[in-house]
Amino acid sequence: MFKDGEHLIRLAAVFALGLAAFVILRAAVVPRSFGQYGHYRGAAIAEIASRPIALAGHVTCESCHSDIADQKKLGKHVVVACEACHGALAAHAEDPTSVQPKKLDTAVVCARCHEANSAKPKWFPQVATADHSGGIACDTCHQPHRPKIETGKSETAKTEAEGKK
Amino acid sequence: MELTRRRLLMLLPAAAVAWNYVSAGTPEASPNYKMTEHWWAMLIDIPKCIGCGSCVRACAEENDVPEGYFRTWVERYHVADWKIEKPEVESPDGGKNGFPPHTDDDGKNFFVPKLCNHCVDSPCTQVCPVGATFITPDGVVLVDKNYCLGCRYCVQACPYGCRFINPKTNTAEKCTLCYHRITKGLTTACCEVCPTGARQLADLKNPKDPIHEFLRTHTVQVLKPHLATEAKVFYNGMDGSVR
Amino acid sequence: MQIPVQGFMYPNEVELQWSILIVLYPYITGLVAGAFILASLERVFRVEAVKPTYRLALLTALAFLLVAPLPLQLHLGHPERSFEMYMTPHRSSAMAMFGFVYLWYLMAVLLLEIWLDYRRDIVLRSQTGTGWKRGVYRLLTLGSSNVSERSLRIDERLGYFITLIGIPSAFLLHGYVGFIFGSVKANPWWSSPLMPIVFLFSAMVSGISAVMLLYMFSTWVRGQRIDMRCLDTVARYLLYTFIIDFSLEMLDLLQRIYEADESFRSLDFMVHTRLWTSQVIIQILLGTVTPIALISLTQVLRCSDTARKQIYAVAGSLTMVGIFAMRWNVVIGGQLFSKSFLGYTSYKMGFATREGLLPAIVLMILPFIILWVLVKLLPPWPESASLSESDAVAVHATS
Repeated sequence: MFKDGEHLIRLAAVFALGLAAFVILRAAVVPRSFGQYGHYRGAAIAEIASRPIALAGHVTCESCHSDIADQKKLGKHVVVACEACHGALAAHAEDPTSVQPKKLDTAVVCARCHEANSAKPKWFPQVATADHSGGIACDTCHQPHRPKIETGKSETAKTEAEGKK
Repeated sequence: MELTRRRLLMLLPAAAVAWNYVSAGTPEASPNYKMTEHWWAMLIDIPKCIGCGSCVRACAEENDVPEGYFRTWVERYHVADWKIEKPEVESPDGGKNGFPPHTDDDGKNFFVPKLCNHCVDSPCTQVCPVGATFITPDGVVLVDKNYCLGCRYCVQACPYGCRFINPKTNTAEKCTLCYHRITKGLTTACCEVCPTGARQLADLKNPKDPIHEFLRTHTVQVLKPHLATEAKVFYNGMDGSVR
Repeated sequence: MQIPVQGFMYPNEVELQWSILIVLYPYITGLVAGAFILASLERVFRVEAVKPTYRLALLTALAFLLVAPLPLQLHLGHPERSFEMYMTPHRSSAMAMFGFVYLWYLMAVLLLEIWLDYRRDIVLRSQTGTGWKRGVYRLLTLGSSNVSERSLRIDERLGYFITLIGIPSAFLLHGYVGFIFGSVKANPWWSSPLMPIVFLFSAMVSGISAVMLLYMFSTWVRGQRIDMRCLDTVARYLLYTFIIDFSLEMLDLLQRIYEADESFRSLDFMVHTRLWTSQVIIQILLGTVTPIALISLTQVLRCSDTARKQIYAVAGSLTMVGIFAMRWNVVIGGQLFSKSFLGYTSYKMGFATREGLLPAIVLMILPFIILWVLVKLLPPWPESASLSESDAVAVHATS
């Protein structure tokens, strides 16, 4: 029986060899932190967490630009974070001289929020810019950090805008 | 990308070096942060969303999201009268540059910001064949781009369309809930820039988080609740037409 | 590249994730499972009539099984990481488990069964062959040239046992492919408990049909006469499995139409527009109803041998096209509609790109080249194996 089954024993040996190679290989290549928290590479969490930030956050901005922060406190834009309009500026916060914020085109920036759209909540201040200003830059009349125009001024602004049409 | 023999031979040593890095891992990035003390979620307040797209732009800047793909996006819904099963939806460039002016006042119109729901029973992590996407101990669904095969099964499994393949890394990518920010005590990029507070990061394990009071007092909903993914992005004031 | 979109898609959905290569993958594994099941008919169920196709079916299964992982490999974003599937398989992932099912099927079932069945030939050839071929045969003997009657009887018994395990394994192999799609709850086009069983029966249909065509083709090439009893039996099995397959698919369709859940309107529109040609015309009319009708004709009417051969050839070829269309409609169709059920995208197939038509064609030709080599190395037909019984006895006497 043994003699006639020899080829099968040889075959079994080949399989056993393959299996052993697999086990050894597995031990060698599976990342060390695999399984630390679950079925994944535990170190991946720290890798993802270590990504540098791009948005500094308004608290960081305000630590230098306290004057602007004070201005904002007087108007409705107090709730708008600096980088909502100015873009990601962690690099500027890191080294103010190396990266300078771009000058913004208020005709574009303001319209993103305030262009009239029936899907916007009714309480939100919105205008059809074409009728409201005829496409001129919003900061011609409004001060972006404190946008409300005092009564006297606003009349002049209106006539000015209408004159340009 | 053609994989010629020569290219393959050139790639092998590079792959070995890369693998060493993957195998060893990097040290803890935020030493004071304890994963077990948090359980992250997000609140979306639909009546507050103005569709400005600030969140989409900030997300793209913060996370270097490739052009044409979105970790978060905003949809505009138009529902004519009673036809809640047939809404008209648009999301031009993910709402990145806001929306074209609409003055149609018939029916109902509103915006819906979308992002990864960081599901507790997430279908995407379930199907990953190698464990390259997972739920962290603090409840965030992440992708290990150094381990991902790029088989795209997770993209198929996500019911919300939140995943895509980054054409630069050829691996699956999605919202990380700005994991690199929230572990440093910052809020997410999208929540940081949202001008109306329509997006709020929430920590369900923190008893002082205002989310608890909000959930108690408002009618909130998650997307596609019938799929039972236990999504952790809660929507306030969401219409039945949203999908 | 602008992809035409109709209605609303979630922005990340516009691009299709699984290309024609993923269409090939269930197509090829289906051929493997089907061919093996045909082979096991002879062995386990003792259907003597199909014996002439037994070895050919085994070799066909092996040739296609060797190619099966290639489209997947080519499609991966990081093919160099595919070994992770074996190193850290995720137990809840259907795809990870498939790697093991594949390996089990290749190593424990197919290779073993072929080896045991061919061992006598291998040993004889290792002693009479010349050149590099002899080296290959010697390697394949694993250093044992024992072909005594008793050892062959052991092989026969073990082979029978392996075929017995092989049938559920073949079911598992392709049922599993169906599960990979059928278990995606996010996708109503795929998500169905019938998916594994539909995949299984369509696999049997395609495998039986492929072996039938290969048998006809190879006998014609060798200038031999086709064993009509064998061919008729194979065609009859093709008909039976095809009727079951078609019934299951229609059952699935009927259920979907009648239930008409939230996804129905969207999917129905897709079938009537983007999938009309590939699903209704090619898959159902040309690739299913026509071959079933053709083979049924041979059962009802008295046809001459030549007429039957021609009908089988046409029906078999249409079947191959139909099953391919079925895979296409599942894989590509499942990605054309938005999971919001509000819109549709389109699939733009490249040509000489990594996931284009050209690699797909090459991958479809490759199994035939492998099969040709296998047939040269291990001829499946008795007459061309010039070693007679008496030679074997002589070799045994000297060993």
